[in-house]
Amino acid sequence: MNTAALAIIAIFTLSAALAAATLPKLMHAALMFAAAFVGLAAFFFLLSAEFLGLVLVFVYVGAVAVLIVFTILLTRHDLEKDRGFNLSGIIVAIAVFIGLAIAIFKTGSLPVVTPEIPTLTVKQIGAALMTDYVWPLQCVGILLTAALIGALILVIEEKK
Amino acid sequence: MLSIFLLISAAFFSIGLLAALSRRHAIFILIGIEMMLAAASLNFVAFWRFGPSPHQPTGVMIAIFAIAIAAAEAAVGLALVIAVYRHYRTTSVDQLDQLKG
Amino acid sequence: MNHWIASNLWLIPATPIVVSLLILNLPKSARSPAAGFAILGQIGALALSILAFFATSQMAGLQTVRNFTWLTFGNNALRLGWLLDPLASAMLVMITVVGLCIFIFSTGYMAEDRNFKRFFAYLSFFSGAMLGVVLANSLLLLFVFWELVGLASYLLIGFWIERPTAAAAAKKAFITTRIGDMGFFLGLLWLYHRSGTLLFYDSGSGCLENAALNSLGVAATFIALLIFCGAVGKSGQFPLHVWLPDAMEGPTPVSALIHAATMVAAGVFLVARVYPIFSVGAINGVTPSLEVVVWIGVVTGLMAALIAVAQSDIKRILAYSTVSQLGLMMVSLGVGGVAAGIMHLLAHGFFKALLFLGAGSVIHGLHHEQDIRKMGGLRRLMPITFVTYAIGMMALSGVPLLFSGAWTKEEVLHATSIWPRSHLPHYLMMAGVILTALYMTRQVIYIFFGNRGPASEGAHESPPVMTWPLVALAFGTITLSVVLTPAWPWLHDFLIGKQARFDFAHLIEPAVFTSLMLVLIGIGLGIVLYRGVAAENRLRPIEVDPFQAAQPALFRFLQNKMWIDEFYRGSVLRWSKALSRVSDWLDRNCWDGIVRGFGWLGQLFGIFTTGVDERGINAGVDETTSGARGLGRLFANAHSGQIQTYLGVIAIGMLALLLLYAWLA
Repeated sequence: MNTAALAIIAIFTLSAALAAATLPKLMHAALMFAAAFVGLAAFFFLLSAEFLGLVLVFVYVGAVAVLIVFTILLTRHDLEKDRGFNLSGIIVAIAVFIGLAIAIFKTGSLPVVTPEIPTLTVKQIGAALMTDYVWPLQCVGILLTAALIGALILVIEEKK
Repeated sequence: MLSIFLLISAAFFSIGLLAALSRRHAIFILIGIEMMLAAASLNFVAFWRFGPSPHQPTGVMIAIFAIAIAAAEAAVGLALVIAVYRHYRTTSVDQLDQLKG
Repeated sequence: MNHWIASNLWLIPATPIVVSLLILNLPKSARSPAAGFAILGQIGALALSILAFFATSQMAGLQTVRNFTWLTFGNNALRLGWLLDPLASAMLVMITVVGLCIFIFSTGYMAEDRNFKRFFAYLSFFSGAMLGVVLANSLLLLFVFWELVGLASYLLIGFWIERPTAAAAAKKAFITTRIGDMGFFLGLLWLYHRSGTLLFYDSGSGCLENAALNSLGVAATFIALLIFCGAVGKSGQFPLHVWLPDAMEGPTPVSALIHAATMVAAGVFLVARVYPIFSVGAINGVTPSLEVVVWIGVVTGLMAALIAVAQSDIKRILAYSTVSQLGLMMVSLGVGGVAAGIMHLLAHGFFKALLFLGAGSVIHGLHHEQDIRKMGGLRRLMPITFVTYAIGMMALSGVPLLFSGAWTKEEVLHATSIWPRSHLPHYLMMAGVILTALYMTRQVIYIFFGNRGPASEGAHESPPVMTWPLVALAFGTITLSVVLTPAWPWLHDFLIGKQARFDFAHLIEPAVFTSLMLVLIGIGLGIVLYRGVAAENRLRPIEVDPFQAAQPALFRFLQNKMWIDEFYRGSVLRWSKALSRVSDWLDRNCWDGIVRGFGWLGQLFGIFTTGVDERGINAGVDETTSGARGLGRLFANAHSGQIQTYLGVIAIGMLALLLLYAWLA
């Protein structure tokens, strides 16, 4: 693993995420959001889960971020800028991070196996999906259908 | 190695939490939630990669499903935001306090 | 046969009482049925009484007793009983015969009265109660019937309820006799305490039998005097005689039945009945209690006779005459002539009833005029009444041979003459005999002789339903004189339990001549004094009685009944009123004050409890609830409605859990 690559990607992702969280303008924040997910996808690539990284890009960057942009456009009102910042939120977030970090460091001795690079092909994933994970697959399918219909119902405008 | 990834995912999670908690716009909460979910998926994959049995695609599977669900939830959530915006003409969560009391 | 009646003695008083209750349930318009039932009841009682009379004479010891247990409490029992002996049986016959005549008379006398039915109900009730007095074998049972008789008397004296004088007279009668009855009851209780039984005869253990009498000791005198109080009240002896003249407010048949023949006789009967108690420890037939009886009788007899001379109401004269005769009977009993006294009682019942019914006939014929000064010359207008009244008057005065009163009075005088204690009663009673003849002559002259008075106009003889009883009673009076003649003293001996035999020698006793002389003196004096009245022109009522002209002060004294009523009013009544005022004050202020005090305490307690309830309990509850509400409001603030707050709280919670887990691990 290339430490340098890891470092660069990490810095990039985290700063994009931070920007997404703190930028006052909505559109900028949404775009930074997409960038953060691209970085995350790179992480997945680093972790030899290439397919997952691509899926991430497709779904998040391609669909979710676009959805967000659309929603921002649909819900505009006079002020594009979002006012104000809750300080208590920052404190809570920092507290949680510190807590998680402590937890991570405390569980130090996990037997680190020699990083053999696993070869996870798409074929393998597909086979696994259809055999071991067929039930979750079907459920997720139903769930997606329900979400789709639900979202439609929520935003459909009734004819007056 | 693992710890670094965990730390990164923890940081991502916290930033997602920050986004959810500290902005007034409703969409930011959704952005924050998405980020938190993604961080959790990263956690899973990290554990899969550095865990005891990387030849089984368990972690990846979980992450796939998590992403699928996250996408569905994002869709519904955004639809909600649009519906609420239509009704209340506002997206500021401070003003959406009908559940008060 | 005699066993049947002896076992069913209770039928005799029960028949008229049951008939009375039956009549009370009839509607007011059922007049003839009411009278019919009453007369039938009386005839039934008469038949049973005659049966009893004949049964008695065939009994062993001339006495039969039927006792029964009434109440049991624990080991003791209250026993009552019926007694039939010569005294009782003779009284039974007299009461029922006289009663029957009066019942028949009343159907005519009360014919125009609206309360006809009620009258006969009360008359029947009285009749039954009086028969009960006679037949009782227990002093308690006697007392019960005694009180019932008093009740009947009250109801009948005040029969015309719309007249205030009648109501006052009834009240006076009841209260005066009640005073006597209190003494009676005390004597009864004392006797029960000393002897343990109230039955008269109970196979040796009754209170009139030797065992009990011997245990009485000195208490016998006091018990006897207490019981005598009852007799004083009921028989109108001094000092409780004041109710009898006022009782004339009742209808005349009532006066005839109750206040001449029967109820007032109950007192004399009572003394005769409990005579053994009176004569406990007698020395020569004299005991302290009997002496008291004699002297009270003497005073009563003389006093009443004197007052009668100055009265001008036809019924009052007869009432005082009754009081005087009762005094005479008491004297007779007191000096030991029990049989003589009872015989006089029986004869008196007949002729006094006859006299009262005759007076009733006169009153009815003169349309309810009762003042003799306004009457006169009725001899020719009401012949039957005159003849029967004259017979009664001669019987009362004591004209011998054909008229019963003579024999019995002579017996009484004979008994008084042999009293060892003193001869004063004898002489005073002789004076009484003279006075009796005097006032009766006066009355007859005033009413029947001379010219017609203002009220006599339009007078007519009474209807047959009223005159036939007069005739019957007159007939009975004469018959009795034959029956009671001393030549054949069977009743006397019957009453004292001996065999009787004829003895004409008795007819010519010295006492006979004495009494004949006394009577002639009395009648002669009367004719002399009052012949002026007969000769007068009576168109205006007589204003001045000849006696009054001779002795105005004495006459006024006697006319006002010796001021005894006024004396009572000024003394006893005034004290009683003062006492009642004190009682009232005590009741209103002391006892009521105590009760009010308790009420006030209760109220105070109520106020206290209310305070505790309101300020303590309620306030506590209120505080608790408002506290809970405040707490709730406090917790409600947690629902701010801000999603980000919720999320933040979740995050912090998760952190806390994490730390806890990390710490514990």
